[in-house]
Amino acid sequence: MPETAMAEARAKAAIGGNILQVRNLEAWYGESHILHGINFDVNAGEVVTLLGRNGAGKTTTLKSIMGIIGKRAGSIRFNNQEIIRATSDKIARMGIAFCPEERGIFSSLDVRENLLLPPVVRAGGLPLEQIFDLFPNLKERLSSQGTKLSGGEQQMLAIARILRTGASFLMLDEPTEGLAPVIIQQIGHTIARLKKEGFTILLVEQNFRFASTVADRYYVVEHGKIIDGFSNAELAANMDKLHTYLGV
Amino acid sequence: MQALYAQLLVGLINGSFYALLSLGLAVIFGMLNIINFAHGALYMMGAFCAYFLLNLGGINYWWALLLAPIIVGIFGMILERTMLQWLTGLDHLYGLLLTFGIALIVQGVFQNYFGSSGLPYAIPDQLRGGMNLGFMFLPVYRGWVVIFSLVVCLATWFLIEKTRLGAYLRAATENPTLVRAFGINVPRMITLTYGLGVGLAALAGVLSAPINQVRPLMGADLIIVVFAVVVIGGMGSIMGSIITGFALGVIEGLTKYFYPEASNTVVFVLMVLVLLVKPTGLTGRAA
Repeated sequence: MPETAMAEARAKAAIGGNILQVRNLEAWYGESHILHGINFDVNAGEVVTLLGRNGAGKTTTLKSIMGIIGKRAGSIRFNNQEIIRATSDKIARMGIAFCPEERGIFSSLDVRENLLLPPVVRAGGLPLEQIFDLFPNLKERLSSQGTKLSGGEQQMLAIARILRTGASFLMLDEPTEGLAPVIIQQIGHTIARLKKEGFTILLVEQNFRFASTVADRYYVVEHGKIIDGFSNAELAANMDKLHTYLGV
Repeated sequence: MQALYAQLLVGLINGSFYALLSLGLAVIFGMLNIINFAHGALYMMGAFCAYFLLNLGGINYWWALLLAPIIVGIFGMILERTMLQWLTGLDHLYGLLLTFGIALIVQGVFQNYFGSSGLPYAIPDQLRGGMNLGFMFLPVYRGWVVIFSLVVCLATWFLIEKTRLGAYLRAATENPTLVRAFGINVPRMITLTYGLGVGLAALAGVLSAPINQVRPLMGADLIIVVFAVVVIGGMGSIMGSIITGFALGVIEGLTKYFYPEASNTVVFVLMVLVLLVKPTGLTGRAA
């Protein structure tokens, strides 16, 4: 069995049924070939983290799943439906939500408009009261311009707005980047609480210490491929390897 | 003094057309990033549409106010779907050249069939006559044009700035990829926005028909001034387009009274001054 497949087999800790299957995913930015055959699974209700150095292809993997990379090949199955050729609006309506690395807060919209912008795509989204319970700061800043919020508040807003939509599969791209430790801790609590609520989360993180507090499983991405994978229980045994992979 | 008021009224009426047309241009530029040079031709099509509806179908002015923007708006949406959408992501110049070409073709076709002289379009019975305001005589139709344009402009501003649909439009102007990833069909929204902008131009055409007659080149005469209005107001600014449209109409009218020789150039002089002092326009945002 090739090493990648073995790594996947090791990593597969079934919590719920298979919700996302990515097979031989390739992606291109113009002429640049970024992903060279990514393979991994995500099970319902778990938090899976993609780890890897800058430029390894983690963000491109999320964007490919979301359908916002122009050229993709391979297979992405979500809830047993092939979505490799679907447009991003259709993918969103199937229940996948994406929180981009740059947060994507709209400067021409106030906080309330930013929060209410993504349409409800299916039942089961969090009501506003519950969102304000998770992020009390947002309630006080509803009429502020979205980009006038602090970095931490913008990140909370970026996560909060996809929770209303009813999407059950959340993809968070580096949610802790550039944030103060106290805010990172709050985002960690939020992810743990979302997991308890039954959300499935695919996380991209460079902050391994943060990821280890929330993730059930890890995949390591390098040069556009998954090169290893393990569960949280196997983390201690894989620390040396992981340090080598991440160059820390 | 009566002459001053009369020129002010003329200025307000011209300002109404400037505001409606520049508003449509601003909506289109904001969403599609296209400088829609076909706007004048689409304005002319609105007037011709009203003319055809009346003379071929016996459909009166009031129905034309509703139907002409819809019909020309659909024509605009077909243009967007078949041609303009392929320019997404390209330099502004491509959109400008394509829409300029479309304007020349549309105007050429109408000129071929209807010549250059104007076709009459009567003022509807309900809006004939005038009112003596004491300090001036106000033709009812002209008063109607000013008020109706103002209402349409403010309604459009409200739609874009204060509603959920407007929030989608504003967000998609900033980051269409992310808005689409939220589940909103952005390409369809772009088509409908172009249809809205074109519909506003057609509406201005219908309003103009009883005042200026229906002529194939009526849009070509107006569009250069309207572009100056948009540049002064700031490309993409909704309220800026409305205020600048009405204000420049009034300034033009006042110039006609105080210094008639400069009345045709005052807008362009202002445009040069604004470009020198604030290149993004009075209310525009930096690119």
